Amino acid sequence: MTKVAIIGVGYSGYAPLTPHMSFKEMMFEAAKRAYTDAGINPRTDVGSFICCEEDLWEGISITDEYVPDQLGGAQRAVCTVSDDGLVGLINGYMQIKSGLADVVVVESHSKLSNVLSQGDVSSMSFEPYYERPFLTVETAVALEMRRYMFDRELGDDIPAMVVAKNKKNGLGNPRAPYSAILSMDEVLSSPMVCEPLRKAHIPEPADGCAVTVLASEEKARILVDQPVWIRGVGWFSDTPWVSQRDFSKAVYAEGSSKMAYKMAGVNTPAKHFDFVEVDDSYGYKELQHLEALGVYTKENIKRAVEVSETDLRGPLPVNPSGGKISLGDMVEANGLVRVVEAVLTLRGQGPRSLRGAKHALVQSWRGPPTASGSTVILEV
Amino acid sequence: MESKKTLPGTPIAGAEWDNEVYSFRKHSVQLRYAWDAGSAVSGFLEGLKEGRILGRRCNRCMRVLVPPRAFCERCFRSTDEWVEVKDTGKINTYSVSYVNNDASRRDKPLIVAVIEIDEASPGMGFLHVLGEVEPSKVHVDMKVKAVWKPRDERVGAITDIKYFKPLEV
Amino acid sequence: MRRVAVVGAGMTLFRHRMLETGKEMAFEASRMALDQAGLDIKDVDSVVLGSAPDAFDGVHMKGEYLLDGAGGTCKPYTRVYVGGGTGVFVPIAAWWQVASGVADIVLVVGEEKMSPLLPHPQYAFWSIFDPILERPLGVTLLWIFSLEMRRYMHVYNVKEEDIALVAVKNKRNALDHPAAQLAANITVDDVLKSEPICWPVKRLDVSPTSDGAAAVVLASEDVARRITDDPVWITGVGWNVDSTYWTNRDLCYPEYLEKAANMAYRMAHISDPKKEIDFAEVYDPFDYKELHHMEGLQLARRGEAPKLTREGVTQRDGDLPINPSGGLLGVGNPIAAAGMMKIAEVFWQLRGEAGKRQVKKPVRRGLAQAWGDLMQVGTVVIMER
Repeated sequence: MTKVAIIGVGYSGYAPLTPHMSFKEMMFEAAKRAYTDAGINPRTDVGSFICCEEDLWEGISITDEYVPDQLGGAQRAVCTVSDDGLVGLINGYMQIKSGLADVVVVESHSKLSNVLSQGDVSSMSFEPYYERPFLTVETAVALEMRRYMFDRELGDDIPAMVVAKNKKNGLGNPRAPYSAILSMDEVLSSPMVCEPLRKAHIPEPADGCAVTVLASEEKARILVDQPVWIRGVGWFSDTPWVSQRDFSKAVYAEGSSKMAYKMAGVNTPAKHFDFVEVDDSYGYKELQHLEALGVYTKENIKRAVEVSETDLRGPLPVNPSGGKISLGDMVEANGLVRVVEAVLTLRGQGPRSLRGAKHALVQSWRGPPTASGSTVILEV
Repeated sequence: MESKKTLPGTPIAGAEWDNEVYSFRKHSVQLRYAWDAGSAVSGFLEGLKEGRILGRRCNRCMRVLVPPRAFCERCFRSTDEWVEVKDTGKINTYSVSYVNNDASRRDKPLIVAVIEIDEASPGMGFLHVLGEVEPSKVHVDMKVKAVWKPRDERVGAITDIKYFKPLEV
Repeated sequence: MRRVAVVGAGMTLFRHRMLETGKEMAFEASRMALDQAGLDIKDVDSVVLGSAPDAFDGVHMKGEYLLDGAGGTCKPYTRVYVGGGTGVFVPIAAWWQVASGVADIVLVVGEEKMSPLLPHPQYAFWSIFDPILERPLGVTLLWIFSLEMRRYMHVYNVKEEDIALVAVKNKRNALDHPAAQLAANITVDDVLKSEPICWPVKRLDVSPTSDGAAAVVLASEDVARRITDDPVWITGVGWNVDSTYWTNRDLCYPEYLEKAANMAYRMAHISDPKKEIDFAEVYDPFDYKELHHMEGLQLARRGEAPKLTREGVTQRDGDLPINPSGGLLGVGNPIAAAGMMKIAEVFWQLRGEAGKRQVKKPVRRGLAQAWGDLMQVGTVVIMER
């Protein structure tokens, strides 16, 4: 079966507000960039279009109705994967592997600035009988954060260091609106939201759109000089019941990475990658995910942060893009946004210290209150 | 699957529901959004406020798109210019609605139609309602004209057009 | 491209309101499908779920909510969505998992619980429209379908009587379906005299709102040969979505469906669908849609479907049985589950397991189709013995 490559990426928005364009216009802009990057015409060269979005984040039911035109997909095979953008990319990968299509476009976007009832929408993602009456996103996150920090004996300083690192990484990334020089003390003095969760731990909402173009090996070699190969994919869900999860570990990240490693033949994840892009929500999630991915262990994760191993110039840069902390929370687009970052970095268009990087991992989590996530292994 | 086999599931009869025989949990929520209209639709709404219907032309396929959009979905390129079209058109198809959007019955039936706007490209229409006409008199291809709200009541919304009415010949 | 088989199917009753939650209905249908395949949940590599608007259930990201009922706990699990076309699209999304070699056994679940939304499930459909250009007009889903029905009638000179024949046939077929919600022996006159909802759509032209779930199990060729003597192969899949701007196209003919069908026919090496498809489960949320879809699928020439219906060609004992299950008009319309019901029906018919619903002629190849969005998406699956 054919190999699959990413041959084009595009983006637009990446800002707290984007009042000058509708979500359609934002998608059109990102799609144009991706198609130009890949050197394709969407009206003649694309076998399938995939969009990742959720009705209530759009404020439109059956929101896939409003997708085809601005992607060049009218009267083409278009579908929605109601999941994180990275799962959309994985479905595109499988479509190409199956022989169904040789070029697939995957899109995801956020117009969170248009959602005035963000809290109400989030609360509707809880199971209505047992959980919704008392759980909120913040309480659900805080419960897990507390337990994870307890099990790993992490002080408040550790998640704060992650936040400060990613805010700083973002300063080198022209696409990261929330990057900043932020000290650990500033994180620790930011308002308490729900102990131990502070305001500075929480990624800020952002608008944005990411588009990727995937191709079979044959097409990729014709169309571009620098394909980025997808070597392994995985996606996985833990139980949907918040109270039944093992808060000390990210089961979904473990499951999805095992699947991807098996496919890619990665035996020693701790040594394999030049950099990784992982979900870094609330600071502690970055650490929980790195453990689940087998990049670090529960024994050495704390020290890795303390001695700055995961810094941009450390032995394993984690979230050189600045992560969700710097790029902002773009809900279902989060995973695809990181694919764009990883692809640009693998092409040498990212941080200078990562030029020549060949192996990368992108991991995403669907966000609270889910325990669903995905992993993709990339290579040039 | 044999036809006689019993399938899983426990139907709730109307009376059981009305009498709340089974327990349930109610949740009421009003979700609020403010959708960015974008360049094309904003221009369209501004036009409506002035009593004009605006479209966008794609200079490759030469279609005049109504309602306007920033991009041509066929050519996949940005549209090129604003074009004012007439506020008359012909009925492409119509229907008579006896229900509201929550499925309750209307007091008075409402005639709805897709109206192909004159001077837009063939087939370019939008959804609106008809007035000043009996349902039995409406037919496909009937010529109609927009009836606008008075200038000071127009706010830049699709409802700045009250309805379309038959065009006297 | 690996071959992919359907090896089991299951479904719940379809009813206006069910006691079971969405999770529980998904579980019941999944359990029945696994039982028929002789498989356990631990054998399943991956789960794909289909369900239409979150507004019905009042649950955001409802795929995540339904996850454990659909058997997705601690597995690769995802939800796909193309509006009303979802039911026939879920097995397509599962098909590419198996065909690509990523999974060997995939559980495919369609679930819909429309009843929780008050005052009426129809209200959810208001929020499918353009928030700036259409919602302020008070638009309902019934408007757009009646507009399409009117246009179809106008262009091909189709009479309401001809369309009513579809409702009569499907509701009667449903008398033999154990899940059916609206099975009945009615006449054309009953349809014509039923309460007008949105003329030309009348009460008996429309399928009901429903709760229900249906599931199938897909397997790779190796697995299928091992666990059953009677696999049904998926030999063609296709889907297509037209422009959002539904008021800018001629509603008399579904071009997007023609393209979706052609994609599936190419894959299944079908050049003359009218001759090569033995029977079909086409999407019939409204009676005119069956005719419209037969034409889009090229099972009839444009405007010819009413004639075939009049001549009895589409009856269970006809040359081209259409909706032997009783369709959405008779069995019910829990959206994503309704499309999956059609997949299950084609599977049961091809295996000769449809009991009293079994079509008269011997069948080797069947087609299931669904439709949705703003009269915009077509999804097609072709299955063979």
